[in-house]
Amino acid sequence: MKLKVNGTDYELEVQPDMPLLWALRDELNIKGPKFGCGIAMCGACTVHINGRPVRSCSFPVSAVSGEVTTIEGLGTPDAMHAVQEAWVEHQVAQCGYCQSGQIMSATALLNQKPDPTDAEIDQFMSGNLCRCGTYPRIRAAIKAASSRLQEG
Amino acid sequence: MGRAAKITRRTLLVGSAAIAGGVIFGYWKYKQPYNNPLLANLKDGEASLTPYVRIDQQGITIITPRAEMGQGVHTTLAALVAEELDVDLAAINVEHGPASSAYFNSALLEEGVPFKPTDHGRMAEGVREFMRVPAKFLGLQLTGGSTSVPDGFVKMRTAGAAARQTLLMAAATKLNVEVASLRTHDGAVISADGSVLPYTELASVAADIEPPAEPELKPRSEWRLLGKSLPRVDVVAKSTGTAEYAIDVELPGMVYATIRRNPRLGGSMNGYDASAAEKMTGVKKIVEFTDGVAVVATNTWYAIKAADAIEFDWGKVEYPSSTAEIYAQFEACFDDKYEDSQARDDGDIEAALIEADVLDVEYRAPFLAHATMEPMNAVALLQDGRLDIWAGNQFPTQVKIDGETLTGIEQDNIHVHTTYMGGGFGRRAEIDFVRQAIEIAQQMPGTPVKLTWTREEDMTHDVYRPAAIARFRGAVADGKPSAFDLRLATLSVVESQMGRYDLPVGGPDLSIVQSAWEQPYAIPNYRVTGYRVPAMLPVGFWRSVGASQNGFFHESMIDELAYAAEADPLEMRLAIVSHEPSRKVIEAVADLSSWGAPLPAGHGRGVAFVYSFGVPVAEVIEVASSDAGIRIVKVWVAADVGTALDPRNIEAQLQSGVNFGLAAAMQGEITLEDGKVQQTNFHNYDSIRMNQAPPIEVRVLENGAKIRGVGEPGTPPAAAALANAIFAATGERIRELPLNKHVRFA
Repeated sequence: MKLKVNGTDYELEVQPDMPLLWALRDELNIKGPKFGCGIAMCGACTVHINGRPVRSCSFPVSAVSGEVTTIEGLGTPDAMHAVQEAWVEHQVAQCGYCQSGQIMSATALLNQKPDPTDAEIDQFMSGNLCRCGTYPRIRAAIKAASSRLQEG
Repeated sequence: MGRAAKITRRTLLVGSAAIAGGVIFGYWKYKQPYNNPLLANLKDGEASLTPYVRIDQQGITIITPRAEMGQGVHTTLAALVAEELDVDLAAINVEHGPASSAYFNSALLEEGVPFKPTDHGRMAEGVREFMRVPAKFLGLQLTGGSTSVPDGFVKMRTAGAAARQTLLMAAATKLNVEVASLRTHDGAVISADGSVLPYTELASVAADIEPPAEPELKPRSEWRLLGKSLPRVDVVAKSTGTAEYAIDVELPGMVYATIRRNPRLGGSMNGYDASAAEKMTGVKKIVEFTDGVAVVATNTWYAIKAADAIEFDWGKVEYPSSTAEIYAQFEACFDDKYEDSQARDDGDIEAALIEADVLDVEYRAPFLAHATMEPMNAVALLQDGRLDIWAGNQFPTQVKIDGETLTGIEQDNIHVHTTYMGGGFGRRAEIDFVRQAIEIAQQMPGTPVKLTWTREEDMTHDVYRPAAIARFRGAVADGKPSAFDLRLATLSVVESQMGRYDLPVGGPDLSIVQSAWEQPYAIPNYRVTGYRVPAMLPVGFWRSVGASQNGFFHESMIDELAYAAEADPLEMRLAIVSHEPSRKVIEAVADLSSWGAPLPAGHGRGVAFVYSFGVPVAEVIEVASSDAGIRIVKVWVAADVGTALDPRNIEAQLQSGVNFGLAAAMQGEITLEDGKVQQTNFHNYDSIRMNQAPPIEVRVLENGAKIRGVGEPGTPPAAAALANAIFAATGERIRELPLNKHVRFA
């Protein structure tokens, strides 16, 4: 089957029920999306399909219709996305394992709601667990990115 | 030797991670320096001036040999070296480095001595100093106990200063001038005439010069990096998906494995039928290891699917098989036969309780899982008599020891590549998953194997924070506690973990009574007794260890006495606190939170103070109670770390510790049925999430006598401060964790 990820076309030979996460990680060596729970409860595997957030651990690769964007496609260390810049500015990451997913969720939120309220941030981001408890800084970084994107 | 050996032998017996025998040899070994492990693999033109600094033509690398599991230790430890070496943090590389006893943790055993951590008298300090002897003898490269900063504070600055001095001497030789005419700036030696010699160009000359043993360190007034908030060295990688965890390691020809073990912890495998699994897509091999079966496949997903298709016959276990039976066993241990320690016995508690109006209550805390975001995983490659291991682990020297035991390969040919860790919290001080990866790799020589546990395997095969029962009798007089008698029954995590490593342990396990026996309160009749429950399911170090449950018990009880005495809970703590830096954190949190200000209807505030890992921490939590349930409005924290190296990171660690404590207090509970852990994933062992995470305001103080680490001390007061706030708001005193057994959280 064909899969387009971060602007590149790939040809895959895998079982259709393989979750997108494992196609990305073990077949395509795209390691930004993380394995956390396998049941869409922690959000560490979050990627975008056509700009919408998807928990890739529970999304069959054969059901993907459209382009997949992972954290690697969002920005790079030399050319970060505004949300990633805000994450660096606010020194959000601790262990960092959940942050790819947090950033992909936050970016999707800001695409839908450029100026989210606290309640909207709560609702949208509650699917992403962080065991280090970086939530205060995630919230601050989302607000900073929101301002930056709107000034944009 | 005389006195030295006597004290050492005694501390070896009483220390909570004590070592039986070997004292004189230990002292002799202490005098022998460990070899610098970096010298083994140097190429031409490279120099390693200390075990912490490697310089070559391309650049400068600082080895930060403690596990970076989120606590920011790579940045802070690198800054200690960079401060003295005179380099910019942004211009250097930072690495975990190899596994080596040269990186032994000398601070680890210091607080295992039977002196209160607030006691800085000559005897206490002398005994602590001697604990460095067994620490070095053991050569444990272990991250834990909030020790990385206290352990590294002098030795890593010394390493930087020694390297800088050596580079100065190298430049003097090269230029044929006096060292005194030279200075350093930003990774280079500058001569009197202004010429600039980058360190990288001095490496080969410096390699032949003996570094000074005791170089002078800068006074604090001259620090450029330390004491300031520095950007984390890993923050860009962790914000762009480019930080490499062990689960991300990819090698040519790699295969992917997952395992199944008896869901009854430690139980045997009677048999299994893998005939269906063997035929499934992607499966390469199904192999046995010590206590289970591994499926090796071309993709982790295929391995997981095939593992699900294996039918197992698992054996039973000896330990009580349900939570109720386990608690019954705990209850039976409140008996002299099981007494482990009575480290505090001030006044005459029995006499004080005879006349008084006695508060007599029982508290409970459950087993807890670590639930790191990154499930346990490791990569192993066995080839041509060499073993390579990639793993996020807190204990690299033990990985080598176990690697040798399993494979017979000498430790010199075992290479441990420690990666970033997706959380540790104590779980990665265990290396069960590394052993399994090695055993699988042994059956596939020449092929790199990545073992990944499912979340279900991770949740049900943890080494749990032990459950505990606390029995308390107390009384008040004149607005203050007059009697405080606390008895604590739990499993010994030291016995459980050290047993898994075949490390001998002796004496009481003070983690059973940690943050209960040594709290800096003056109460005239004050007794704390620990009872050791005989070993059953495996338990381990969980962020803040014994303080995680005892902080809840002790500070809930102090709160109960405050209400019984009709005293303000914070004012009463100030009236009994007996340690000046501790008093100041309680005063600071009162100031920060405007304690005593009027609150909206339905709101309540609780305070808790816990001294753990040498750090006094006071927390105030405000909750709002409504029909929707309890909502945490805000948290205020004051903590004293002695010397604050990186204020922004200290703030992050305290916020993290609070959220970790709140997550467990609100809903964390591991239960057993038929010997099996019933919680399997985040749907039934959830954590705090964005919608419940409160703002947390932090103030850091520096009145303590010593520099301290802060990865753990934020956690212990959180549960008590929350329970005390719920009492203030609702009048309901909750004596059992998790709190959601009694209240709903909004």
